[in-house]
Amino acid sequence: MLELLENLGKTTRSSFAKLGRGTFFLTHILTGISEVLPRPSLLMKQMYSVGVLSFLIITISGLFVGMVLGLQGFNILSDFGAEESLGVMVAASLVRELGPVVSALLFAGRAGSALTAEIGLMKATEQLSGMEMMAVDPIKRIISPRFLAGFLSMPLLAALFSAIGVMGGYMVGVGMLGVDDGAFWAQMQANIDFREDIINGVIKSVVFGFVVSWIALFEGYDAIPTSEGVSRATTRTVVNSAFSILGLDFILTALMFGDI
Amino acid sequence: MANSVSSANIIVSVKNLSFSRGSRKIFDDVSLDIQRGKITAIMGPSGTGKTTLLKLIGGQLYPDKGQIHVDGQNVHRLKTADLYTLRKRMGMLFQSGALLTDMNVYDNVAFPLREHTHLPESMIRTLVLMKLHAVGLRGARNLMPSELSGGMARRVALARAIALDPLMIMYDEPFTGQDPISMGALVHLIKSLNVTLGLTSIIVSHDVQETAAIADYIYVLSEGKIVGQGTPQQLEKSDSQWVQQFMNGYADGPVHFHYPANDYLDDLLASQ
Amino acid sequence: MQHSKTQDTLVGLFVASGIAALFYMALQISNLGTYTSNDSYTVIARFQNSGGLKVKSPVSVAGVRIGRVSSISLDRESHESVVEMRIESKYNNIPDDSGASIYTAGLLGEQYISIDPGSSEEFLKDKSKLDITSSAIVLEEMIGKFMLNKAEGK
Repeated sequence: MLELLENLGKTTRSSFAKLGRGTFFLTHILTGISEVLPRPSLLMKQMYSVGVLSFLIITISGLFVGMVLGLQGFNILSDFGAEESLGVMVAASLVRELGPVVSALLFAGRAGSALTAEIGLMKATEQLSGMEMMAVDPIKRIISPRFLAGFLSMPLLAALFSAIGVMGGYMVGVGMLGVDDGAFWAQMQANIDFREDIINGVIKSVVFGFVVSWIALFEGYDAIPTSEGVSRATTRTVVNSAFSILGLDFILTALMFGDI
Repeated sequence: MANSVSSANIIVSVKNLSFSRGSRKIFDDVSLDIQRGKITAIMGPSGTGKTTLLKLIGGQLYPDKGQIHVDGQNVHRLKTADLYTLRKRMGMLFQSGALLTDMNVYDNVAFPLREHTHLPESMIRTLVLMKLHAVGLRGARNLMPSELSGGMARRVALARAIALDPLMIMYDEPFTGQDPISMGALVHLIKSLNVTLGLTSIIVSHDVQETAAIADYIYVLSEGKIVGQGTPQQLEKSDSQWVQQFMNGYADGPVHFHYPANDYLDDLLASQ
Repeated sequence: MQHSKTQDTLVGLFVASGIAALFYMALQISNLGTYTSNDSYTVIARFQNSGGLKVKSPVSVAGVRIGRVSSISLDRESHESVVEMRIESKYNNIPDDSGASIYTAGLLGEQYISIDPGSSEEFLKDKSKLDITSSAIVLEEMIGKFMLNKAEGK
């Protein structure tokens, strides 16, 4: 019993210590961003590996999610004779929820895990330490550009996901199931509010981009520098990112759309 | 210690250094001096914290007790900016080379120049080619680190370490895992760089023959203490059994072949 | 650093397509394309019961949307529902004796205000009141009445 309490205490203490390290790490990254901006080539390279390489998975997933929404929505809505609302349904679910959330989950799996593994391996092969000995701050030189790239890419990826998802819903709803073209768009435009829906969705994706990049880079930087340590850190990135995304999504949704 | 007399000649001075990891004491009140312009070797069996000593000198780790002065400055009292300025004058060669894997050889050597100077690209090119020529790898400039052998990677790392013309270079196990030819090349390089560039070299190693061949002075560390010091010739003749065992590589001596265990026969019988 | 042209181009394409997607969402998916928040005037109507009417419910004339409900509040004295709606200023020729009714789009659809134009020569202005109103039809109430009539008729 005493042992259990002792273990619990230890775990709690170490998770607080980790949060503390993470926060310190974050402030360090943020101060480094001012040094990234004058060197766009550093950012370009990371935008490529974080953003461009996630493009395909995001757009293809977006297309299929939109098509599925079109099919399922049509089945439900046609029971009430409200097929014209298909556009609203597809667009609202994508813009408010699925766009930011699913693209952030995919982003964590595609780009986040890659970032963790990359940083973890750089630590394991003493590249970070070597850089420190060359009087180059590895957080500012290596981590900050990656953070900025993740933070900037996420809203763009989420927007792509939603936009392509709506097209997928249109293809299925209007193209295959015969919903009226005009009604599809008119209902959508009448009911999706720019500030309430679109801007809030973008805010969500900005928050997710920030959090996922932070988690991924910190797990890599904090990893135990062995192959097992790096592989564990990669897993933690995906798991912790997923928890954070879904938890934050609830909080943000409650703040934005809820009456709580 | 004759501090005032020889301080101009001493580039690194370690005083009463204690450092522990968890409950394990890695250094226990160690003092040593490293002379300017010489090759000083720090030797000892694996796991005696030789690499840790280099990290302490480089300011990457903090000692529990004691001070380390590099070129007259207390490393652990410096502000980050000053520490970074000091580090520009210390090169360090990591065991793995620690080359940046996403850049080719040329860019790796150019890295410190690009980070710390605002030289035009044509000047950087000249400098990089000079450094690469010094280590004999001018022709390998377009290879990626993954295409290099271990010995070549270390030579590239050496070219990178001397890119900023440092005062001193710290070598972390430069000979480990090298074939005889690259070993010979590295021994020759370390010696000739020391002479031609007027560097101070600190070598951390357990390869007795190679290190003894080029070192001017050797410290032998064991279990957190200095157990022997002197020129290679002095150590040869040392009357310490421990030093004799280490320098000559005897399997048994003060350091036992067996990891501490209870009685062999008891152990075999107890398993039933 | 090796500067790769293709890489820069791909990043450029990526950023451009992301921004295009944002614009697409703003203009094609949302109501931003039909936004006219500045050019509108407010009209007030009082209802006995505004039912399921909500802020942002459409206001229409002859089935054409001309504005949206901007606020719904309760008059503390008369216990009536006070509904303010913003009407786009290009529809500035609605007679001031028009009536407002709350209807439901389809049996289960959302509720909206329909304005039936009157015959006055005067038109609605900012802060005008609509006097002739008919309340929302509450389905439960109707069913209740219907059942009662049935029961009495028996």
